[in-house]
Amino acid sequence: MTKTYTEINEKIASGKAVVLTAEEVIAYVDKHGLETAAKEVDVVTTATFGPMCSSGCFLNFGHSTPKMRITEAWINDVMAYCGIAAVDVYIGATQLRHNDPANMYHPGEFRYGGGHVIEDLVAGKKLQLFGLSYGTDDYPRREIRTMFDINDLNQAIMVNPRNCYQNYNVAVNVSDKRIYTYLGILRARMRNMTYCSAGQLAPLLNDPYYETIGVGTSVWLAGARGIVYAQGTQHCSLVERSENGVPVEGAGTLALSANMKEMRPEFVRGVSFKGYGVSLALGVGIPIPILNPEILRRTTVRDRDIQACVIDYSTDYPEKTDRVLGRFSYEELRSGAVELMGKKVPVTSLSSYNKALKICNLLKSEIEDGHFFLSEPSQRLPLNQGMKSLTITGAAR
Amino acid sequence: MITKKIYLYFPKSETEKPIVYQLVKDYDLIVNIFRAKVTPEEEGYLSLEVTGSQENITRAFAFLGTFDVVIHAGNKGVHWDESRCSHCGACVVHCPPAALAIVDPHTRTIAFNEDRCIECLACIAACPFGACSSAF
Ligand code: SF4
Ligand code: SF4
Repeated sequence: MTKTYTEINEKIASGKAVVLTAEEVIAYVDKHGLETAAKEVDVVTTATFGPMCSSGCFLNFGHSTPKMRITEAWINDVMAYCGIAAVDVYIGATQLRHNDPANMYHPGEFRYGGGHVIEDLVAGKKLQLFGLSYGTDDYPRREIRTMFDINDLNQAIMVNPRNCYQNYNVAVNVSDKRIYTYLGILRARMRNMTYCSAGQLAPLLNDPYYETIGVGTSVWLAGARGIVYAQGTQHCSLVERSENGVPVEGAGTLALSANMKEMRPEFVRGVSFKGYGVSLALGVGIPIPILNPEILRRTTVRDRDIQACVIDYSTDYPEKTDRVLGRFSYEELRSGAVELMGKKVPVTSLSSYNKALKICNLLKSEIEDGHFFLSEPSQRLPLNQGMKSLTITGAAR
Repeated sequence: MITKKIYLYFPKSETEKPIVYQLVKDYDLIVNIFRAKVTPEEEGYLSLEVTGSQENITRAFAFLGTFDVVIHAGNKGVHWDESRCSHCGACVVHCPPAALAIVDPHTRTIAFNEDRCIECLACIAACPFGACSSAF
């Protein structure tokens, strides 16, 4: 029993597609059996919401009179990259605001940065552009200061070269002083633990061998219709996997892009990690077409079948020792506490299951209502790819 | 006996007056101060809990009303902005009295129980989304 993308899209167009969330499909298959369910179910919606540090966006301002080739720019005092065409700029999520003392008085607060600029843009707020140029014959203006919002821009395109990490580390701190990381505040002597995955809802955990999610897949990016435009940076499929094929560490990633003018502010949030920096939290939803029973079976993965590795972020992570302190399933992690090295450790998340579930349901309604169609990937993501380390060699002459 | 959380703002003219002492002495209230602060401009902020009979508490509030003090009933010292909360749960482990806690284990929804909050301010540092803030 197999289906094609075209058949599923025809059902979506006629409003007859059967769509379940990655959570609902578990009970459905338990009840109806895999073969029957594979005939009935057309799409399973998956999602995640969490900090995505690689987020950034390209903005096009249009030309002022006289024209200007902006060479340096700041938006709300956050530096944007201008080494591209005349009035295009790029702003990245982890860029700090000009004069942010960073960790000079440790731990720094990082209240506002690139992620917050992106949030404010999507929320339709007015922002300040300050730009400089050296001036040329065709672009004589040397300075610009003006207020704008997203509607004044020709384009605002989000790009996200490393999104939707398949699985992720669980962080703990074995040292005897508190540390500040991108996985939050980790108290001394393993007094807390943080994970960051939507577990059974996460897109690439529901399609562990990238059978349906590939380059060209349509995605829901913060409410906008987006696309997977490439394999994500650090995509590393050659990792240890459990018997069910699910990786026990980071593994695959996706590069995503979408029009920011279509995004919903609820799913685009600037974040501040005390002592670490700024970033952007984003919501992503990806539909999985149920082309055959095997693809369906993989979407029934549940929290108890997905393992994640606990890493010490005080020494092992920064020193890259590859030591793993323990392994837990997301079911155990979500229980609120686990036992590690003889000690009961409270566990919390940085990824929001609540928002991921909401996105699964929003995407489900969009598909049911015939507003969101599936697209067949034009390229598979690499299955046999490892990850290189950076070797430090002598200075170049 | 009832317990009420209150948050007081003292303008410069009132910071010298021993108002809390009188709450204890004249109105027989048990006072539990969470946080107090005097700014360089000599304004004062005080966040406390009072326990006593309903009658004494009503009288004490009337007494406070005779000063130029701004009184807020309830926990106004720490604010949780629900619309900014992403329900990630990062704050939960840092909140000693579990004032911020998961209230629906299935949807993993977080809620703030302000009666439980002891105003330790740990959540302000721990929340990456800036959902928690302090009035002073
Ligand atoms: S101030 Fe302290 S007690 Fe109150 S909610 Fe925040 S962490 Fe909890
Ligand atoms: S850390 Fe902040 S955003 Fe996350 S659940 Fe707590 S209050 Fe909400």
